[in-house]
Amino acid sequence: MKAKLAFFDFTGCEGCQLEVLNFETELVELLNHVDIVNFREAKTESEDNYEIAFVEGSITRESEIPKLKKIRQQAKIVVALGACACLGGVNCLKNFRPMKENLRIVYGDAAKYYDTIPARPISSIVPVDYYVHGCPIDKKEFLKVTKALLLGKRPEIPNYPVCVECKLAGNVCTFDKGETCLGPVTRAGCNAICISNGRHCWGCRGPVDDPNTNSEKEILQKHGLTVEDILNQFRIFNGYLEVSK
Amino acid sequence: MTQLNINVHHVTRVEGHGNITVNTKDGKIEEITWAIPESPRFFEAMLRGLNYADVTWIAPRICGICSIAHATASIQATEAAFGVQLSEQAMLLRKLLYHAETLQSHVLHFYFLAAPDFLGVGSVFPLVNTHKEVVLRALRLKKLANDLADLIGGRKTHPMACIVGGFTKLPEISQLKVMQQRLAQAMDDLRETVKLFKGLKIPNFVRETEYIALKDPKEYAFISGDIASTDTGTAPIADYLSITNEFCVPQSTAKFSKHNRDSYMVGALARFNNNYAQLSPEAQKAAEDLGLKAICHNPYMISVAQVVESIYAVEESLKIIDQLMAQGLKEEKPDVKVKAGRGIGAVEAPRGILFHDYTYDDKGVLTEANCVIPTNQNHNNIQKDMEALVPSVINKSQEEITHLLEMLVRAYDPCISCSAHFLEVKFV
Repeated sequence: MKAKLAFFDFTGCEGCQLEVLNFETELVELLNHVDIVNFREAKTESEDNYEIAFVEGSITRESEIPKLKKIRQQAKIVVALGACACLGGVNCLKNFRPMKENLRIVYGDAAKYYDTIPARPISSIVPVDYYVHGCPIDKKEFLKVTKALLLGKRPEIPNYPVCVECKLAGNVCTFDKGETCLGPVTRAGCNAICISNGRHCWGCRGPVDDPNTNSEKEILQKHGLTVEDILNQFRIFNGYLEVSK
Repeated sequence: MTQLNINVHHVTRVEGHGNITVNTKDGKIEEITWAIPESPRFFEAMLRGLNYADVTWIAPRICGICSIAHATASIQATEAAFGVQLSEQAMLLRKLLYHAETLQSHVLHFYFLAAPDFLGVGSVFPLVNTHKEVVLRALRLKKLANDLADLIGGRKTHPMACIVGGFTKLPEISQLKVMQQRLAQAMDDLRETVKLFKGLKIPNFVRETEYIALKDPKEYAFISGDIASTDTGTAPIADYLSITNEFCVPQSTAKFSKHNRDSYMVGALARFNNNYAQLSPEAQKAAEDLGLKAICHNPYMISVAQVVESIYAVEESLKIIDQLMAQGLKEEKPDVKVKAGRGIGAVEAPRGILFHDYTYDDKGVLTEANCVIPTNQNHNNIQKDMEALVPSVINKSQEEITHLLEMLVRAYDPCISCSAHFLEVKFV
């Protein structure tokens, strides 16, 4: 029997599902081992009998909550896919402003037609078994997690900071270029792709389990940067952690 | 006539959520509605208070499928606000990255999302067994486009190497050379694609409408030029609000648009209808082979226009790579001086004309943003098409009508996450 996989999306850009469609060569092989029974972005037929549910997007409307709960009831394993589902992601930037004001800014007088609640990760509503981090997800990591789950194993997700991978990639430290960087506290697994391409880490994979915040503060001090500088950056993908406190 | 009771709740094989409702009673159409229940995203509110570097980093998250278009519109709006001049090399790289996304998105749409309708299946997945060559060809083209985007932008989805004023990483000449060979080989796959499309039966439905796209006297426009309409001629991008005229409708979290008529269309067919004379000879030949002739008023031909544009995107990419290789690549430090002001970025996303309009303060912090999304501009045209289509096919079975309506929506290749910043068919 092939395992039945289902994909669902709530509020987000669907870029993580697109990454799954971006497998190209591997997609054909993956289909030898699994049945994708639900994937609205790519497929018409759907069924409610599935073992593994991949959920993309954060929860930003009351109506999404019962849908997510139903998925949790059906699936043996729920995997959060990407920063919006895992962390709340960029959607949480609206949480720093009253919802009424967000509605007014975007819809003006028509605001009364729409409902919205502060954005949150799916784990704030239902228990989540595994996380595939990133904005967007790294497709190799998605494959690794899927393979492990098909074999009945626990997927290994790094619990060390991006700095480790960044050093291995041979990059010049972003702090030495005078920029802020969330690499020291962010969970690795992305191979420091942003820094390798000349940018800095925005923390889209969320913090490691036990971030060394003292060491981050030391680095900031050494480079004449402030906690406020780093919080402004942290807020972009991890705003939920800040406002939920 | 049978009583129709169509209720497609979430049209599939489109980006995002949309619903179609058709309701007839005693032979009379009581309701035809195209509604968008996608969760609103509030980007225009979320971008406020952010520094320009973060603005241009977040804005692509409006859409995972056309993140390069959003990145480019966001960067160009910011450059216009600050008065940043782009070097020739940076402009060439930006165009090359842009062609990669156009190719990727078009291939995804005409092979993965639209083609299953013509081949009588519900998704691309079963085609792996029945039409393996077709699937492998589609995957090859998509992989090529994605690899090109990775090479120039650092990553296809939410690229990081393109920034205000230029690029933070350059490709190696040796990498460009490999890409040049693969692009040249892709032309064979595209010729096979034209043959495949020649054999498909495209529904014949015609409704005259207005077509709006960017127009640049120098080339078939994707990231430059003025706003052109097949009804009213050209207008500067600064006048975009008087063209798009967005309004809210109760059934949708996405806004609707209209200009000279009840509705207008944007996207590959709108670009073709405005700018066909500027296509390359091979792209023009493909259009002719596929029976696409400007001005074409059949929305189901959008996919055909995408095939034609894909040929153009590959040919242009080859030209750009030739030029970059001939002149060599040199490191450039973007020259960005922040200043207070407003800037508008207008680009042709795969699905049509896209505007980002930003106002910054003197520290480079965004104070106001407005984004007008191509799918929003198409929603009203989809609604009007449905209103014209249903009476013309009213004697067909409910199943056939539903399928034609879904195909119609899919032809527009809607990108609903973007537009709510919607898709379900409801026959009640």
